[in-house]
Amino acid sequence: MARVVLVGNLTQLTGGVAEFDLSATSVRQLFRQLADLHPEIAPHLEEGVAVAIDGQIYQDALLEPIGADSEVFILPQIAGGSLEDVP
Amino acid sequence: MAGNGTNGQQYVGTRTIRPDGADKVTGRARFGADYNLAGQLIGKVLRSPHPHARIVSIDTSKAEALPGVKAVITRDDFADMPSEFIPAGEMMMNYKDVTRNVMAREKALYEGHAVAAVAATSAVIAKKALKLIDVTYDVLPHVIDVVEAMQPGAPILHDDLFTVGVEPKPDRPSNVAKRVEISQGDIDAGFKRADVIVEREFKTAPVHQGYIEPHAVLATVSEDGSAEVWVSTQGHYIVRAHCARLLGMDIGKIRVNAAEIGGGFGGKTVVYLEPLALALSRKAKRPVKMVMSREEVFKASGPTSGAVVKVKMGATKDGKFVAGWAELKYQAGAFQGSPVQPGVMCAYAPYEIEHVKVVGYDVVSNRPKVAAYRAPGAPISEYAVESVVDEIAKKLGIDPIQLRMMNAAHEGTKAAYGPKFGPLGLEETLNSIKKTEHWNTPLRKWQGRGVASGFWFNIGGETCVSLTVNEDGTVSLMAGTPDIGGLRASLAAVAADELGIPYDKVRPIIGDTGSLGFNFLTGGSRSAFSGSMAIVEAAKQIKSELCARAAKLWEMKPDEIEYAGGHVKPKVASEKVTPMSLVDFAKVAGKTGGPIGGVGRINAQGAGPSLGTHLVDLEVDPETGRVTILRYTVAQDAGKALHPAYVEGQFQGGAVQGIGWALNEEYIYGADGKLQNAGFLDYRMPVASDVPKIDAIVVEVANPRHPYGVRGVGETPIVPPLGAIANAMENATGIRFTELPMSPPKVLKALKEKYGAGGAGR
Repeated sequence: MARVVLVGNLTQLTGGVAEFDLSATSVRQLFRQLADLHPEIAPHLEEGVAVAIDGQIYQDALLEPIGADSEVFILPQIAGGSLEDVP
Repeated sequence: MAGNGTNGQQYVGTRTIRPDGADKVTGRARFGADYNLAGQLIGKVLRSPHPHARIVSIDTSKAEALPGVKAVITRDDFADMPSEFIPAGEMMMNYKDVTRNVMAREKALYEGHAVAAVAATSAVIAKKALKLIDVTYDVLPHVIDVVEAMQPGAPILHDDLFTVGVEPKPDRPSNVAKRVEISQGDIDAGFKRADVIVEREFKTAPVHQGYIEPHAVLATVSEDGSAEVWVSTQGHYIVRAHCARLLGMDIGKIRVNAAEIGGGFGGKTVVYLEPLALALSRKAKRPVKMVMSREEVFKASGPTSGAVVKVKMGATKDGKFVAGWAELKYQAGAFQGSPVQPGVMCAYAPYEIEHVKVVGYDVVSNRPKVAAYRAPGAPISEYAVESVVDEIAKKLGIDPIQLRMMNAAHEGTKAAYGPKFGPLGLEETLNSIKKTEHWNTPLRKWQGRGVASGFWFNIGGETCVSLTVNEDGTVSLMAGTPDIGGLRASLAAVAADELGIPYDKVRPIIGDTGSLGFNFLTGGSRSAFSGSMAIVEAAKQIKSELCARAAKLWEMKPDEIEYAGGHVKPKVASEKVTPMSLVDFAKVAGKTGGPIGGVGRINAQGAGPSLGTHLVDLEVDPETGRVTILRYTVAQDAGKALHPAYVEGQFQGGAVQGIGWALNEEYIYGADGKLQNAGFLDYRMPVASDVPKIDAIVVEVANPRHPYGVRGVGETPIVPPLGAIANAMENATGIRFTELPMSPPKVLKALKEKYGAGGAGR
């Protein structure tokens, strides 16, 4: 199971829960599993977050694999020219 | 590492001649305002004289009746949009705000806010027409200062803006758009472990990106609804996406060409004139050209935030940082979206600290909406932290470089914002600075030396490039990200090395939006990082194709053939087969299957953070408060410098912009909410005579996720200067300046208060 940690304001959408153990094998699966647990977080995941898998940050990478023992952080999207971030 | 071209890394890492150099020094290069079309009209914008006013009515009839006026547009020419975040490229945009920023709707929210625009046969007529537009305003109370804007009772800019990120959810609108927070560990427990705690409040002024070339666009809309645009921008695909959305056009019907750009620094990642020019052209059925004046650039295009930052840090007596807390209040301008989130995440990123809590607020006020500016948000928060780090070093009697070294983030460090870092180069930059002759040179009275470090994430993103082998074996390279800091030279070097051909046989250009697949903009220090990855991919396709064709020509198996040394040849030399160069193959391309080329289409991941350390010497004139930068050295981790001269240029440019931010630049508003220094005479940016030669040390700690080890370098260099200069000021004067800019009046006042007139008491 991958250990998944929400960073920043995202925990307000999960009732304060910041850490999860999930069986996701890709970012897409991870988003689905989180959305099943906490539907309110779904639009924010779709709108744009960054995902750090074992220390490496990915953006817009739904197909990126997640290992069984991976440590995953879901972060606000990293700005690059953009100043908009959600939530 | 360098593919299997002939020469390994013959060009990567060298100072090749820049492909755009000759045209730029001869004046042949075409910037935004250099484009013209037959029959074009000139567009001008009517801007609000009020910082905050309800727009009761707009009567354009007199302007429309003026001979020579071909079109007038107002809010009625733009569809309203709901408040929702929509992807635009990689960016998330709230088009409700975007459409209101390009053309005021219910209210004018800052002085200079566009209220109407005119296209006429000459600039004189267009300006005359603006005076004939009758706008009835209901002037409202305004608020400029970020702290005042947060107070209960402050004039509210948006009745539907409720603070996000607080519990319970507010039932009243406010100017605080958002509260964000990151934390790890137990901040209270951390401070209990501290032997030394330093707490300070800092204030920074909003500063403009200060690009020399003002915003400029030429747009033409055909009768069939297709459009073409020439524009000074950091991202022509983003311009296309925004304009299509704002004007209800198909993306595929808009073709955008990126002109040569006279600076952007983040400020040309959004649209201002572009949708107006298209709307005017659509209405007038003629091409429309629009160019901002410098005053318009200052009043109507985004600076970066001014801010109020509180920092509290704790360290043990042996110099270990144990707790870092901060509160950031960032101005967003008239619409939400300040860079407070990255400011929060970057504040303590250079260091390994167990207990961290940083809270940020995104605050609207009656100023122009902020735009990105190199490492958006990071210079502000890191300036405050680096100032406090310096103070801790003094309290503990530890050398400031040594203190940073003791706490530096490194591979495996858990970042203050969560994940663990991969390889990082902060310690190497600190070591490099410590070894310089600069660090060990004695100083005189009223001179000071400061050091500070800085962090920026860097990004990758969607990138598409093409390599086409021409009939004579030369190669056309097309990229889709505007070249701001040496992209063409860097990518040409990679292509030449990958294909094993001479550098001058590669001709790099920036393609228009119809020529390549989607490219995210030049920003986030991403274009050379991502572009070079895509070039490697495109070159791989060419080499693979050549090997496949050679296999058929030579009646061999493809795996018996390789591309090496700029030639296609059998892996095992054979007398029956003569190796073919790219030139040889180009001659028979048509007879062996057609044109040869490759297209790299990637969403680049694996951007490695870049960290840097700056060292500055300065001298304070106690009679006038003027500060002179005497000497400056930058050390930064580039991973691998594709083109060292351009990398050094990024280091130097960031340092100079940071010097301006630290010492002189600020937006000065009157009590009437109007900007008083909207010009380079009164908005004091550094010029060449203000700065010494800046020494650049390129540190190379390879980014393992890039084929050459590259890290983005464009943004980090503006992060450390603010702290380094503030620390040098303290060293020179014994005064901790906590408000930027440290301009002569403020310095003189502080010196007088502490030492008497002229610093006589020191």
